[in-house]
Amino acid sequence: MNAKEVQRVGEVIEASTTDFIAQCYELYQLPPLGSLVKTKDLPLELYGIVYNATTTSLEPGRRPIARGKDEASEEEIYRSSPQLLKLLKSEFSALVVGHKSSDKIYHYLPPRPARIHSFVYQCPPEEVKEFSQSFDFLNILINTKLTVSSDELIAACLRHMSQVYEDRHTFLVAAGKQLAILLGDEFNQLKAILERIKE
Amino acid sequence: MTQENIGEQDRQRLGIVVFGSLNKGVEVRLDGSASVEDMAVGRYVTIEGQKRRFFGMVTDVSLGVTDHKLTLTPPDVSDTFISEVLAGTSIYGTLHILPMLTIGGDVASLLEGPQPVKTVPSHFSSVYLASQQDIELVFGGEDENKFYIGTPLDMETKICLNLEELVKRSNGIFGKSGTGKTFLTRLLLIGILQKGKAVNLVFDMHSEYGWQGSSEEGRMVKALKQLFPSKVAVFTLDEESSRRRKVSTDFVVTIGYDEIEPEDMVLLRQTLNLTEPATEAIYQLSRRLGKNWLQRTLDQQGSDDISELLKELSIHESTYQNLKRGLSTVRRLPFLVAHAPDSPVRRILEYLDRGITVVLEFGRYTDITAYILVANLLTRRIHAQYRERTERAMAEGSAKPQPLVITIEEAHKFLNPQVSSQTIFGTIAREMRKYNVTLLIIDQRPSGIDDEVMSQIGTKITCLLDNERDIDSVLAGVSGKSELKSVLSKLESRQQALIFGHAVPMPVVLRTREYGSAESYKGLISAEEPSRGKQAERDIEELWE
Repeated sequence: MNAKEVQRVGEVIEASTTDFIAQCYELYQLPPLGSLVKTKDLPLELYGIVYNATTTSLEPGRRPIARGKDEASEEEIYRSSPQLLKLLKSEFSALVVGHKSSDKIYHYLPPRPARIHSFVYQCPPEEVKEFSQSFDFLNILINTKLTVSSDELIAACLRHMSQVYEDRHTFLVAAGKQLAILLGDEFNQLKAILERIKE
Repeated sequence: MTQENIGEQDRQRLGIVVFGSLNKGVEVRLDGSASVEDMAVGRYVTIEGQKRRFFGMVTDVSLGVTDHKLTLTPPDVSDTFISEVLAGTSIYGTLHILPMLTIGGDVASLLEGPQPVKTVPSHFSSVYLASQQDIELVFGGEDENKFYIGTPLDMETKICLNLEELVKRSNGIFGKSGTGKTFLTRLLLIGILQKGKAVNLVFDMHSEYGWQGSSEEGRMVKALKQLFPSKVAVFTLDEESSRRRKVSTDFVVTIGYDEIEPEDMVLLRQTLNLTEPATEAIYQLSRRLGKNWLQRTLDQQGSDDISELLKELSIHESTYQNLKRGLSTVRRLPFLVAHAPDSPVRRILEYLDRGITVVLEFGRYTDITAYILVANLLTRRIHAQYRERTERAMAEGSAKPQPLVITIEEAHKFLNPQVSSQTIFGTIAREMRKYNVTLLIIDQRPSGIDDEVMSQIGTKITCLLDNERDIDSVLAGVSGKSELKSVLSKLESRQQALIFGHAVPMPVVLRTREYGSAESYKGLISAEEPSRGKQAERDIEELWE
């Protein structure tokens, strides 16, 4: 597998059946909101959609303090206090939306959650395409209560996925139709999402 | 690729059946790709059920939304993305379809052909626009019995009428004035001539079927005699008018007073404003005065003679005056003479016997009195003759006379509830084919026709009607009446007609075949060529006999 294509973005540090939290190896090297990531728990591969990301102090009790008063630029702050990069951490949460077993993708929850310290990878375009052949995962996104609004997440996810398609319009229309069916009696929510994904 | 696959590709899927009933028809939800604006009432669809196929007609088109909020805060459909997503999902079109025929999947059913529908297709069966093959399967191609009368809406397939079945019953052509009744009638008459299924006697009130007629745009179009010179004879009541129009007529009809019987007068009661006692008096006078009663009644001179006669017959003076006024109107008709040199009935029958269609032109005498009098008088005699011959043929086991179709216009004057029981036309409509005589009724006020007669009409062809009562009367007793009603009232005012009844397997809306161009004449005559050859052969044989 080509290392350039499959980008390793972090490591699982907390996991449950429905989601997992991963810490990035590099500060601020977060996968974008709504992007598809995966982690391995052989023989399974778990797929997740990034729904939240945080950058906080390494120690919960120690909050960062403002340091830039005498610095000329923001970059100068990090340059004059290089320890900062080691005292802060970036984490992201991903909602589990499916898994792959024996080369087949299932758009429902895997039997077990991810293991701690599993590596988390950004999915390459071909895999995103393969995963988005079915829109069954939208149902999970709609029905899960998250800190971020599900409208925002769905829109971000679809925008992200559409980038791997040459004909983005067709993909988005097909996804939109699926949403229209799922949100049959919630036209306002549907409208909000459609407004966010139209080109 | 197999034949079947090609067929599949040709067809355009419209949607799926979602609910419905046999009585009320089924509801079809349109796919997002099918636009409601492309649909039209009266169009044909096929429904692929699990075990059988159904043929049906679109009778209504409607719009639906999944969420009521859509109607309150409509989305911005000028945005193509939004409108594309919503089409077929949140907003959709529905079709109301009346299933009419069905064909089973097994070999036996395929041979049997389409049957009237007795059930509905199962849930979510796919609905397609009917293809050319489907229409041909239902209506059949043109053959020796079937005459191409028009095409379905938005299609080039031929819709054919089974003329052999058609002439077995009385038929009606209805429609508002100017909707193409005359054109349709002319086409139908040509069809009957072309296929030789019956001879026609046409009472041509406005002289438009014999030699030439005019189209709506005022263009002259050829009529029967020009297209089938050897098979049509034009009779006229008004020689002068025919000569002016340069029509070569075969016979000038004159009617002697002595040929008019009391029954011929009874029908004129309304038009002549005769009272009930006056009609009674006609019978009395004819019994008393004999065959020449009409002339003798009017010629009674001197008040003594009259009062004596009236006293003898106990007819009141005012009744007599009423009668006399009526009879004078009749006598003023120029084609009535004291004694006709030749019997028109005999001459008409002579032609009909030779298989020649007779068109009787009325020329200037478009007055309804003349029309009713002549049509009734001639038809009664001819019907009596046919009746006698048929009975004789039945007794002797020989061939029945050739079927005769009598075409009458302004039919409600003959067949209204007050007179239909007394006129010969009422009798013909009811007796139907027993004596091989049927009617072709042309009328613009079908509600004026007696219900009993309407119910006996085999095939009804109706152009646009917009009077509620007329529509009701035409559609009385038809299954899916309310659905057909919406189709009927949405017909275009020209060249479109709804046909239903005995001669077609299911109701059909059609655009009538083109008529009036040189090309169209060729098409209409072409089928006649071989028979014309046969006629020539027969003529030659006769010469040598």
